[in-house]
Amino acid sequence: MTVDEAALKERARAFLAEHDPAATEPLDFLRARFDAGLAWVHFPKGLGGLGAPRELQNVVEGELDGTPQTDVGKLAIGLGMAAPTILIFGTEEQKKRFLRPLWTGEEIWCQLFSEPGAGSDLATLATRAVRDGDEWVVDGQKVWTSGAHHSRWAILVARTDPDVPKHRGLTYFVCDMEAPGVEVRPLRQITGEAEFNEVFLTGVRLSDQLRLGEVGDGWRVAQTTLMNERVAIGGSPVRRGGGVIGVVAETWRRRPEIRTHDLHQRLLRLWVETEVTRLAGVRLREQLAAGAPGPEGSGMKLAFARLNQALSGLDVEMRREEGLAYDDWTFRRSDSVDFFGRGPGYRYLRAKGNSIEGGTSEILRNIIAERVLGLPSEPRVDKNVPWKDLPR
Amino acid sequence: MTLLYSEVEEELRAAVRDLLADRCPPATVLARIESASPYDADLWKALARDIGVAGLLIPEELEGAGASAREAAVVLEELGRAVTPVPFLTSSVLATQALVSAGTDGARELLATLASGETTAALAVSFASSPYSLEWSESPQSPKAPGADTAAGTPWGAVAVEGGTLSGRVTAVAGADVADVLIVPASGALYAVEAADATVTPMVSLDLTRPISTVTFIGAPARQVSSGLRPLRAALDLGAGLLASEQLGVAEWCLTTTVAYVKERHQFARPVGSFQSLKHRLADLWMEIVQARAAARNAADALASGTDTATAVAVAQAWCGAVAVHAAEECVQLHGGIGMTWEHPVHLYLKRAKADEIALGTPGDHRDALARLADLPGPLGS
Repeated sequence: MTVDEAALKERARAFLAEHDPAATEPLDFLRARFDAGLAWVHFPKGLGGLGAPRELQNVVEGELDGTPQTDVGKLAIGLGMAAPTILIFGTEEQKKRFLRPLWTGEEIWCQLFSEPGAGSDLATLATRAVRDGDEWVVDGQKVWTSGAHHSRWAILVARTDPDVPKHRGLTYFVCDMEAPGVEVRPLRQITGEAEFNEVFLTGVRLSDQLRLGEVGDGWRVAQTTLMNERVAIGGSPVRRGGGVIGVVAETWRRRPEIRTHDLHQRLLRLWVETEVTRLAGVRLREQLAAGAPGPEGSGMKLAFARLNQALSGLDVEMRREEGLAYDDWTFRRSDSVDFFGRGPGYRYLRAKGNSIEGGTSEILRNIIAERVLGLPSEPRVDKNVPWKDLPR
Repeated sequence: MTLLYSEVEEELRAAVRDLLADRCPPATVLARIESASPYDADLWKALARDIGVAGLLIPEELEGAGASAREAAVVLEELGRAVTPVPFLTSSVLATQALVSAGTDGARELLATLASGETTAALAVSFASSPYSLEWSESPQSPKAPGADTAAGTPWGAVAVEGGTLSGRVTAVAGADVADVLIVPASGALYAVEAADATVTPMVSLDLTRPISTVTFIGAPARQVSSGLRPLRAALDLGAGLLASEQLGVAEWCLTTTVAYVKERHQFARPVGSFQSLKHRLADLWMEIVQARAAARNAADALASGTDTATAVAVAQAWCGAVAVHAAEECVQLHGGIGMTWEHPVHLYLKRAKADEIALGTPGDHRDALARLADLPGPLGS
């Protein structure tokens, strides 16, 4: 039986009638919502969903507006990356164990992928996992891990076979962040704060039951995670004139004394570029809703990164004296990016990460060129060489 | 609203594309441009009558198809993709919209003859007129008010009315050389003049597939078809918005052709398309075209529904004109030497793209309009 909009509405209303959000503990409400299949409707029954089309999630959100919600900023890695990967590659026990507390926010997730020596070339990573009976012993160093300091679990890619070419010797795990040997250190950024961490793994013992997918199949599993990351970064809807251009335009309107011909022309160009990028996003979501996703998605993150950087740079420049100041360099941890709550200098500096995080703009251009346009790849020197023999 | 293509639109596209693949390959266009008749009259008959594109924007009660800007946009994408030398934009969009918007008996009579494609019309304004040139010429402070009837002229020419005849000259008119009827703004109204009663002098034009002409009237008999210039503005708005779809078609041909070429062309014992510097340029161009498609579709959709038209048109023109030029310039560069030859068709696209960038308002004109539409005013005192 397929679930349609009317059935979902009815189900959500029946759920509300049974679980008064005002009289229920928020966590109990969220758990009940998960158990009722109203967490993420496109997930299977018994795992927080109803096997319904993904776009019907909006119907549920509409009906349950104003009820207890999770902190989606804190849960971003879990919801956007870990969950879809567990759904595809996890065993039944893993799905049962992990998905519910992930969705309710009882357990926070982080991502242990990048390493100091493995950024764009993630498959060259060096963190080792060595089998020891029913366990794996993990040693290595990870970086750019947001939320590691309050995470219960991590998705981890580690090398289990150094004697085969790099893509083939990887295995994907769920890492217990409370296990002995896991050390988390904040990593201070150019903004002054620390959104990210370095994570040192020293003799960390993980049960084989924490492995996701087959031994040696980690690269394929990681691809699922990374595709979901890019969709999450490039995909949110905005209204015309909203977002960063809205902040810049507001200053422009309020302060006529800063206007020059040069800034005016640049601002108008960026306003147009923002609008056509917004429209491309609208079109992409229409394609997704029609069940025919186009290749446009690959480009959205690229376009957003360029726009954010250009606009935040213009914002600092046009404020002149104010642009010479910065709001706060204090070294502190931050759980999420407060893009609009901070000053223009912060936005300028933080936007620099947009073309690096989640796939650099250069890698994204390669992906578009090779997968969308079908252009040949560059000659590779690392494809058929055992990982241990690669220069590094 | 939707930015996707409907099934009907895709069918129309397929019909136009099949016909053009058969009748309008690049070699045919190249051979034609230096002949006595740059327009392809036979192809136009097939498009106009068999597929019915001439009457697309004409109401059904006047024998037209009663379709909207969305369908016309799809036709323009395909015509742009093949730099087809037919008067669809000039007759079936610009002149037709002026007459549809005028709505007078005289206008309706003309539309009925345009619908079948037997008669072709052209709007006698400079192809470089923007929809906004009408705004400043209508302002009372301007010495160039269109009713002035003096040689001082308007952005679209200087034509005087006297005793039911027109006299004057309009430069850079597109499509006049194949028009049977000219729709002429003069003295704050639109007039219809038989092309045979005017002198149409083709100019040596940058765009070989859509040449421009100087049109001269000396006491040419004229019928008034509108009582104001609102229909002219409607035509320029629609033309500008739909031109974005033609520019999209031009850009898509350039990208597709370039991608195919760099996969084949070998230097340094590799396809040149495997070099990252070229791949990145083509990826960026692809993204610009993704944005252009969304902007062009949005303009067509807004024009079809009549909501949010001004901003949608200005955004599409501010973006798509430059994208088509960029695509054509990249196509020339990435073809290397062959891209500079007369033999390779890319120059037809470069010339069309560059002329289209000026046509119906430059990207800068449309950005200026957005300064007002998006409330982003310029420096004080400017």
